[in-house]
Amino acid sequence: MKLTLNGAAIDVDAHPMKRLLDVLREECDLTGTKEGCGEGECGACTVLIDGEPVCACLVPWAHVEGADVTTIEGLADEHPLQQAFMDEVGAQCGICTPGMILAAIALGPDPSLGQIKEGLTGNLCRCTGYEAIYRAIQSVNANRH
Amino acid sequence: MNAVGQNVKRKDGIGKATGRVKYADDLTFPGMLYGRTIRTTIPAGRIKDVKFQLSPGFTICDYRDIPGKNVVALIVDDQPCLVEREVRHVAEPVVLLAHEDRDALLAADVAIEYDEARPVFDPTRSETVLKELLIEKGDLEKGFAGADVIVEGVYRTGHQEHIYIETNGVIAVPEGFSALGSRPSAITVYGSIQCPFYVDRALRVMLGPEFDVRVVQTETGGGFGGKEDYPSMLACHASILALKSGRPVKIVYDRVEDMLATTKRHPSIVRHRTGVKTDGRITAMDVDVVIDGGAYVTLSPVVLSRGSIHAAGPYRCANTRIRGRAMFTNTPPNGAFRGFGAPQTQFAMEVHMERIAETLGVDPVKLRQKNALRAGDLTATGQKLRDDCSALMVLKEAVRRSGYRRKSKKYKGTNKGIGVALFYHGSGFTGSGELKLASRAAVECTERGVRLLVSSTEIGQGTRTMHAQIVADAMGIPYDHVDVAPVDTAVVPDSGPTVASRTCMVVGKILQRASEELRDKLDGLSPAEYFKRHGPLRVEKEHVPPEWLKWDEARYRGDAYATYAWACDIAEVELDRDTFEVRPLRITAVQDIGRAIHPALATGQIEGGTGQGVGFALIEQVVMKNGAMANAQLTNYTIPTTLDTPTMDVVLLENPFPEGPYGAKGLGELPIDGPAPAIVNAIRSLGIDVREVPATPEMLFSALGSRLSAERHSDTLTYGGPVAVPA
Repeated sequence: MKLTLNGAAIDVDAHPMKRLLDVLREECDLTGTKEGCGEGECGACTVLIDGEPVCACLVPWAHVEGADVTTIEGLADEHPLQQAFMDEVGAQCGICTPGMILAAIALGPDPSLGQIKEGLTGNLCRCTGYEAIYRAIQSVNANRH
Repeated sequence: MNAVGQNVKRKDGIGKATGRVKYADDLTFPGMLYGRTIRTTIPAGRIKDVKFQLSPGFTICDYRDIPGKNVVALIVDDQPCLVEREVRHVAEPVVLLAHEDRDALLAADVAIEYDEARPVFDPTRSETVLKELLIEKGDLEKGFAGADVIVEGVYRTGHQEHIYIETNGVIAVPEGFSALGSRPSAITVYGSIQCPFYVDRALRVMLGPEFDVRVVQTETGGGFGGKEDYPSMLACHASILALKSGRPVKIVYDRVEDMLATTKRHPSIVRHRTGVKTDGRITAMDVDVVIDGGAYVTLSPVVLSRGSIHAAGPYRCANTRIRGRAMFTNTPPNGAFRGFGAPQTQFAMEVHMERIAETLGVDPVKLRQKNALRAGDLTATGQKLRDDCSALMVLKEAVRRSGYRRKSKKYKGTNKGIGVALFYHGSGFTGSGELKLASRAAVECTERGVRLLVSSTEIGQGTRTMHAQIVADAMGIPYDHVDVAPVDTAVVPDSGPTVASRTCMVVGKILQRASEELRDKLDGLSPAEYFKRHGPLRVEKEHVPPEWLKWDEARYRGDAYATYAWACDIAEVELDRDTFEVRPLRITAVQDIGRAIHPALATGQIEGGTGQGVGFALIEQVVMKNGAMANAQLTNYTIPTTLDTPTMDVVLLENPFPEGPYGAKGLGELPIDGPAPAIVNAIRSLGIDVREVPATPEMLFSALGSRLSAERHSDTLTYGGPVAVPA
């Protein structure tokens, strides 16, 4: 099946009903996408499908045919949110961080605090109480201006 | 420039933000099998028979495959690694399966037949005491005789599930094959682990003396106490399968299994009877603590111990009695969860204080001011507090900072409420625990500078960074020249478990002393120069408790902790009077932690602990049916999202503990002791007599119902006014 994964055209053969999460982790060797609950509640497996944040545990492989899928590995360490999450302690244990960063990217540029809170409701973090995550996202905004 | 006190870059690097860091489930080994645990489905009884319907290719293990002792060794060796006959709770492990194909593993059909027995679920009706203790000071009868008013009450807290976002997981790798097809002579376990030497010891007991054991911590996606003891169980299971199959075996729980089978916060029932003068001075405190231990001992004796010692709160009272009991029930064992008994007992104390203020008609802040512990006062165990006592300081600053006075007036008659909680948390193991642990930590010269070696784990809180800061300053070298050894029991000394708010204060102090000694041995050379000229040099030190610390374990008298961290939370909430939902708006958290080694990490601990406390207070409800968690899914056991979490205003105060590293006290657990009572007291200010968490809409509705019926019988009560005290 053909799709675009992290900017590259790929052709991967997997069972059409296999979870996108498992294909990414096991067939594509991209373990940055994490499983937290397996039922779309925690958001740890968030990836971008055509720019929209989606839980990869809820998406069968067949669904992403022809789509443009971005995982944390697709950011190539170059997105300013990545360093900001480490500097502002928006990542503690780090297991929610890849999904959280992708969900934050989907907020678009310069989100307000209200938009950040609204946009990240599907991504659970048990370590930070979220405050440092807001600071990380807002510090990127501040640097841009 | 000094590193301590600065927000230096974390030693974690960028890997957590790029997805490159490897957690247990990210690792694979050649020939690896997947493991699955077959568990009991009844709470009490005996196993009659086990029937299998399996396709080919399975490795099957039960208790007869255990080479050493069939126990998960911890405090008391009563919990079997695999059940032989007697069943004490739902989800006990009975049979282990391994297969290279996960779908085949999930399709495996194993049926267990039982003779069922009558289970006990209510700890107050249990007839089996797991542990009991008594803390006495002064003359209780005299204290009550001198009181003007006696206030009584019962307070309850429920289970709480950890919800680390990474579930439990390990991989056991068999090693030391003398010939092809022979039995392995060693096991290495890689896993998501808080306390690698606990796992190391449990494996040695279970495997017996002829096996070598090594435990390596993988990056750990949260712990909060939930990965203190349970990883020993997983490691034993994976190792039994690895031994029998001769292949690496990975066991990673899915969320349902993790919630169903692993430990939770102990539910508690705390009864208070307090004598007070009309001016608010406390003359007598009688406290009865009951916690539900579950089906095996695990960590319950020490949870009871910490909970009971903290049960009188940060208050002085000459005449005190605290009775504590942990009871056996037929539920999965409850275990360590951030706070370790203290959030439960301080919830009771702080809500009770609010009720005392309501009864006397005195200001709740003034009541706390009058009774708060000061330097020179004696705690319930008779510990004389030193200058590092900060109860009044945190209370004063929290009241000022939050605008408590102004807001409590402004919120009157509205749907908003404000509540206060004053609390403290003992740093390090209780009593003589640290002396017995005799933790060790080391530093050594390398070609780059210095490497520090501890078994203390990074589980998100910043262990690596904070330890490296302490070593850098003690050595007088740049922070960037300090490396941290991987946590591998074959490499690092046993610096004790990563629990009890001890990693900074206790282990950090050992590192500081080791570093100072290493620095003095370098003859003025930098560590890298010394290494180049003379080769490796290592200094390992053992923890030395303060010489004045005295503890009588039998009588629960003396210095329960070397020091305490102190805090005051002020919560503001808004009640929806149609749905009875409480929205937490803001929490002001003023916390004295001695010294913030890394202020941003310290703030993160307080914000995170406060967030967990908000969940404990309002929404996290474990529903138990026939001894099993009925809502073992994130769909119906919810933790706070961004929209459930209030704005937090964190203030770090620094009243140093002279014997801590650079003055630091324990920090990790303190922040979770306060949010539940502060929020409940804020709800109480709205006129709802709530004494229990989680304070769900259903519970508030019934509390208000009982209150309204009480009002119909009394003209003296007004909505929002003082609450009647039952005899």
